[in-house]
Amino acid sequence: MSSETIRLYREHYLNCSYGVRSWLLTKDHKRIALLFLISITLFFFLGGAFAVLIRLELLTPQGDLVESETYNKLFTMHGIIMIFFFLIPSIPTVLGNFLLPMMIGARDLAFPRLNLLSWYIFSLGGLFTLGAVISGGVDTGWTFYTPYSSTYANTHVIATAVGIFITGFSSILTGLNFIVTTHKMRAPGLTWFRLPLFVWSNYATALIMVLGTPVIAITLLLVGIERGFHVGIFDPKLGGDPLLFQHLFWFYSHPAVYIMILPGMGVISELVTCFSRKRIFGYEFVAFASLAIAVLGFLVWGHHMFVSGQSPYAGMIFSFLSFLVAIPSAVKVFNWTATLYKGSISFDAPMLYALGFIGLFTVGGLTGLFLATLAVDVHVTDTYFVVAHFHYIMVGGMVMAYLGGIHFWWPKISGKLYPETWARFAALVVFVGFNLTFFPQFILGYLGMPRRYHAYPPEFQVLNVMSTAGASILAVGYLLPMAYLVWSMRYGKAATDNPWDATGLEWQTPSPPPTENFADTPVVTWEAYDYGAKEDKEKEPQVA
Amino acid sequence: MPDHSTALAHQFDDLEQQHESVSLGMWIFLATEIMFFGGMFLGYSVYRGIYPAAYGEASRHLDVVLGAVNTGVLLSSSLTMALAVQAAQLGGRRTLVLFLIATIALGSVFLGIKGLEYYHKYEEQLIPGSNFHFDGPNAGHAQLFFSFYFVMTGMHALHMIVGIGVMVVLILLTLKGRFSAGYHFPVEISGLYWHFVDIVWVFLFPLLYLVDRS
Repeated sequence: MSSETIRLYREHYLNCSYGVRSWLLTKDHKRIALLFLISITLFFFLGGAFAVLIRLELLTPQGDLVESETYNKLFTMHGIIMIFFFLIPSIPTVLGNFLLPMMIGARDLAFPRLNLLSWYIFSLGGLFTLGAVISGGVDTGWTFYTPYSSTYANTHVIATAVGIFITGFSSILTGLNFIVTTHKMRAPGLTWFRLPLFVWSNYATALIMVLGTPVIAITLLLVGIERGFHVGIFDPKLGGDPLLFQHLFWFYSHPAVYIMILPGMGVISELVTCFSRKRIFGYEFVAFASLAIAVLGFLVWGHHMFVSGQSPYAGMIFSFLSFLVAIPSAVKVFNWTATLYKGSISFDAPMLYALGFIGLFTVGGLTGLFLATLAVDVHVTDTYFVVAHFHYIMVGGMVMAYLGGIHFWWPKISGKLYPETWARFAALVVFVGFNLTFFPQFILGYLGMPRRYHAYPPEFQVLNVMSTAGASILAVGYLLPMAYLVWSMRYGKAATDNPWDATGLEWQTPSPPPTENFADTPVVTWEAYDYGAKEDKEKEPQVA
Repeated sequence: MPDHSTALAHQFDDLEQQHESVSLGMWIFLATEIMFFGGMFLGYSVYRGIYPAAYGEASRHLDVVLGAVNTGVLLSSSLTMALAVQAAQLGGRRTLVLFLIATIALGSVFLGIKGLEYYHKYEEQLIPGSNFHFDGPNAGHAQLFFSFYFVMTGMHALHMIVGIGVMVVLILLTLKGRFSAGYHFPVEISGLYWHFVDIVWVFLFPLLYLVDRS
């Protein structure tokens, strides 16, 4: 450990070079992670702005704030931006990029240039989509269902589809990089079953990215070709099958749900162990549950199509398979809970997010079982029940995990401590705001309020007002970390190398880490989450 | 892609690790390509299952002789590519360049013949869209066939153009003396890509040209 004076003048990845060029041409995975952090933060607040407008419109039963056409564009662009430009890239490209090489004791990802290219491709796709948004937007819903998207819609479908098509390659390159890195770059002694679970879950995510994303790419390309050249591919007038589009679309877009949640689960495994000071309960089960979710995720897409007219036998099989996904998901929840049991728990901000995640993910997951049940799904299809369900997973789950992770690793990323009191307060605000926003939507949906309408019967107003009130609290909860994390970069207290006293190789480098991550390649001789042992005796020097 | 200025990129410990990583990366990339083409194969097959008669009728409008010649040309280019990889392994720069040029030539012949076929289809008004003309009651379904014909062969041709670009880069690098018997895996993984593109055609040819030719 270096002394405080040396620490102050030490060279690290943030101060090793200055200037725009040194960032835009960087091949350092840590700098690329920060580039992604900036990009997706912008998209998060843009998507959030659309959500604000949606909630404001729904404050009253009449469609008084925006026209129905504008409303269609609002929910479409909210969905497209949040899914393709925030949720899918969020944890893998920011925390995954930053942490994966350090967690496995490597100097960088296997392909640093591809990694930088991935950010450029992401930005290019983002600019295309932004261009479409600025020039008038798109109104097909984020699902682009044909023949509406291919024939009838008068909005910027092609530009948006091209944007998503391009961004898909960013996802593919990130996934490819993660898989190769995890296979080939692990430090000596770091066997698969000594890997942090964050690595396992990002590996499972990468598999989906690599195998699923090309399918959405070709599907959107086909829609674009059909629309641009007026050739029939899904066109029912020529005998084409719009259901084929739905199958292809959901073949990616259901697994994409697991792209959005698996990395979050990885973060939670890290947080729960660290703040319970315990090794995770059933390491192997949690690790394999990630892979099981990734594999099963490819077999359940038809549950989005229960009322589409697909064969009822297909519906039954998809229903059964969807129930199977609940098993590995429940394994994770039970194992996190078992890890808490008799742990010495401390309620720092990251842990508050983690505990919030466990509760909200459980609600989201269990309501998923309602939707996987054929008969119940017919009742609640395309209602706010579905909206509430997936927001419990995506926002209650993934965004909580993302924020928890950002707080947990902030000292490593920035070298500064965030203000703990503010952070705990913000975590509570997010939790309260989230539940107030989305719990009423379960009731609204169950009572029959359909999604995607800008007006509704007056008897639904009370619950909608609650939801809008919650959304404004939630917005405060998201703006707070934005403000104090930026503040802490300048005014925060300097962080020590391992402020949480956590295991994991990333905490054995200085904060912020040097460009090469480790002075010498570490040799790993211990299991992951060695918390019990760590409390017993000081570890021997870990660098060979 | 490895760093060309020094054979070993900084993030790797040795050339072997780098070699294994790069070739694993290429295999994963090919897996994504299979899924990409897989979407089109699925769409093709679904409609073929629903409209077998129209697909057969439309397929008979394709030129099976040109298709067969092209299959031969492309398979030969795979042979020259394999020989190029072998030349690289043995460190023979001259033979490597010659075989790469042969591969580019064969690939270009393929694209030329493909272009000729496209032109014939244009003359016969078989390009989907407002000018599409097909006699008989199956016109709509036949248009679906031709949509897939053009999208699938077009995507395949696009991959070949990329492949030819990669070959050009390999030739330039060889002439600069970058490859040796000890360091040649860019040639190897480019070969993997080229063979993949060939294999796609091996599936496309029977599906599009021979589907109902008994």
